[in-house]
Amino acid sequence: MSSDTLIAKPSRPWKPTPRTLLPDFIGAFITAFGTMAIVAATPLKGKLGFVIVLILMAIATASIISAITKDTKAAINSTTTVLVYVAASFVIVPLASILWEIFTKGATGVSLNIFQNDMSATASDAPLTEGGLLHAIIGTVYLILFASLLSTPIGVLAALYIVEVKGRFAGLVRFFVQAMSGIPSIVAGLFIYAVWMIGLGNSYNAAAGAASLAILMIPTVARTSEEVLKLIPNDLREAGLAMGATQWRTVAMIVIPAAKSGLITAIILGIARVAGETAPLLLTIGGADATNLNPFSGNNSALPYYVWKNLGLGSEVAVQRAWLGVFILIVVVFIFFTLARVLGAAKGEKR
Amino acid sequence: MSTTTATAKTTPTPREITTTPRFSDKVFRAVVTAGGLTSLVILALIAFFLVFNGFETFRREGLNFLTGFDWKDALPEEGIAASYGVGAMLYGTLVLGLIALVFGVPIAVGTALFLSYYAPEWLKKPMVVVIDVMAAIPSVVFGLWGYFILMPHAEYWAKLIHKYLGFIPIFNMPANAFSRSPFIAGLVLAIMIIPIVTSISREVFAQTPLDRIQAAYALGATKWAMIKAVVFPYGRGGVVGGAMLGLGRALGETVAVYTVLNLVYDIRIEVLLSAGGSVASMIVNKFGEADAPELRALMAAGFVLFVVTLIVNFIANAIITKTERKG
Repeated sequence: MSSDTLIAKPSRPWKPTPRTLLPDFIGAFITAFGTMAIVAATPLKGKLGFVIVLILMAIATASIISAITKDTKAAINSTTTVLVYVAASFVIVPLASILWEIFTKGATGVSLNIFQNDMSATASDAPLTEGGLLHAIIGTVYLILFASLLSTPIGVLAALYIVEVKGRFAGLVRFFVQAMSGIPSIVAGLFIYAVWMIGLGNSYNAAAGAASLAILMIPTVARTSEEVLKLIPNDLREAGLAMGATQWRTVAMIVIPAAKSGLITAIILGIARVAGETAPLLLTIGGADATNLNPFSGNNSALPYYVWKNLGLGSEVAVQRAWLGVFILIVVVFIFFTLARVLGAAKGEKR
Repeated sequence: MSTTTATAKTTPTPREITTTPRFSDKVFRAVVTAGGLTSLVILALIAFFLVFNGFETFRREGLNFLTGFDWKDALPEEGIAASYGVGAMLYGTLVLGLIALVFGVPIAVGTALFLSYYAPEWLKKPMVVVIDVMAAIPSVVFGLWGYFILMPHAEYWAKLIHKYLGFIPIFNMPANAFSRSPFIAGLVLAIMIIPIVTSISREVFAQTPLDRIQAAYALGATKWAMIKAVVFPYGRGGVVGGAMLGLGRALGETVAVYTVLNLVYDIRIEVLLSAGGSVASMIVNKFGEADAPELRALMAAGFVLFVVTLIVNFIANAIITKTERKG
């Protein structure tokens, strides 16, 4: 009885068999050994020579094998496939190099000390065990806090205007917010300098720096909020209106709570965008070596500024401090970045 | 008679049906509209304040401000008048932008193609994260990395280019100075614009109609033939727009360029030579010790940079919006 039953075995005809994979293996083999042979035999030495020969060999073998087993069109296809893979790997190489260098050069200087001291009593050429970057961390906290406070209302209101009110200028606002995201950061710094220092006669302080960062943060917050608000189903709005709620009540009590996590993500993305900005700070916060707890008066520092300053000093210890500052800065940026992604992912799952 | 008036009074009058917003809605809309228009106001204020502060420079220098090569403070005791011109810096900025595009766009478009059509499923997500991480790295980090890590390698590449392609005028070298050249700064900028060009290209490639793709495959096209026949014609505008957005970023980049590039007030076509220009970096460079007239000139330079990047961004966004609507 059971012998008559035919059990259908799932087959996968699209799956490559060893036979069809054979040319690929031969190609990989020829590429690898051919490259090594050429690098060993000719004056093309070093990493650069190796990479160039490897790419050329990969293209040559892939296209020749395709030309033999199939035709010229397949050969062109193989060539472009190799090129596309090369392009993608060219993206990974610099990023891997950047992260690796930051980690190896920056992480070694991390100690509890650097979070407890500033540079007010430390000479710039003192070893890394002395001094620290407390002043820069406090400055960055102030900058992020005030920039968020300034840019969040404007950014979210702009998004509400585009999505909820749909006013006469919605298209225009959208267009200009997009244009605003392309403002060079140095121009934002110059603008705040022109208003705050030249126009109003104030001196450098953290609040001015935060204002210049807010200009750069508004477009990110506005555009992300807009996308989030657009994802809120229209049924919710219609349900609110059908219950007799005014538009104000609908937005405040239905749309915004529904979009809350997305809006928070928008703010965090904005923070990640501006936390590492340097150029506007050079014109607005003045720079300091001592911890300054007052954001509204007196020069202040920030992590990017700290990196910038030590890079300018140029001595060996200063450069080490710069790498250390970059390490802390990258950690801060990645914390916000990861937060935004986790919150964004959680929101996506709920729907 | 009296009864009729009584019935007329008791008949319920129908409630007025109206779309007139309530008072609370009027306030709400006013507040939101004001918030929405703030970004426009900020842009206008930026333009106004930069022009207002730089006006005297524009008036004094006239068109010379855009074409002049000199950036000299006044020396009253020697009878030399101040002369400010951003011509050389503007030229240098464009050169840097072009170098960044030459290296960045092919890699970015290749990566976008990889993500859309070549990458195995398990690799897509990590690769997107890689691009996002790259976009999140601050420019000062690129500057530091470019100066200490990339520069030694790039100098060697520059020497090779000069050795084998030196007969082309732009690769010629009047002096043996390969470090801190526009070529190296352009490479750093290329890496910095890859994320934005990649993500815009990817968005546009995703809009390619699936039926056309399947039609191409059904006719026996290889993957590349399909891309050439379907994806590129649909996505060309988006790639161009993305590249222009990247160009806008490259033109306005300050810190990374300042760290890597050697600023020289001269127009040179040799891109491998240690001499280049960038308006944004010049502003940072001159800002520290600027006196009042020079500060006005810097404001004017900032305005020029603002206008150039704004125009590039306007065109880019217009192209992208048009392409996405078509797709």
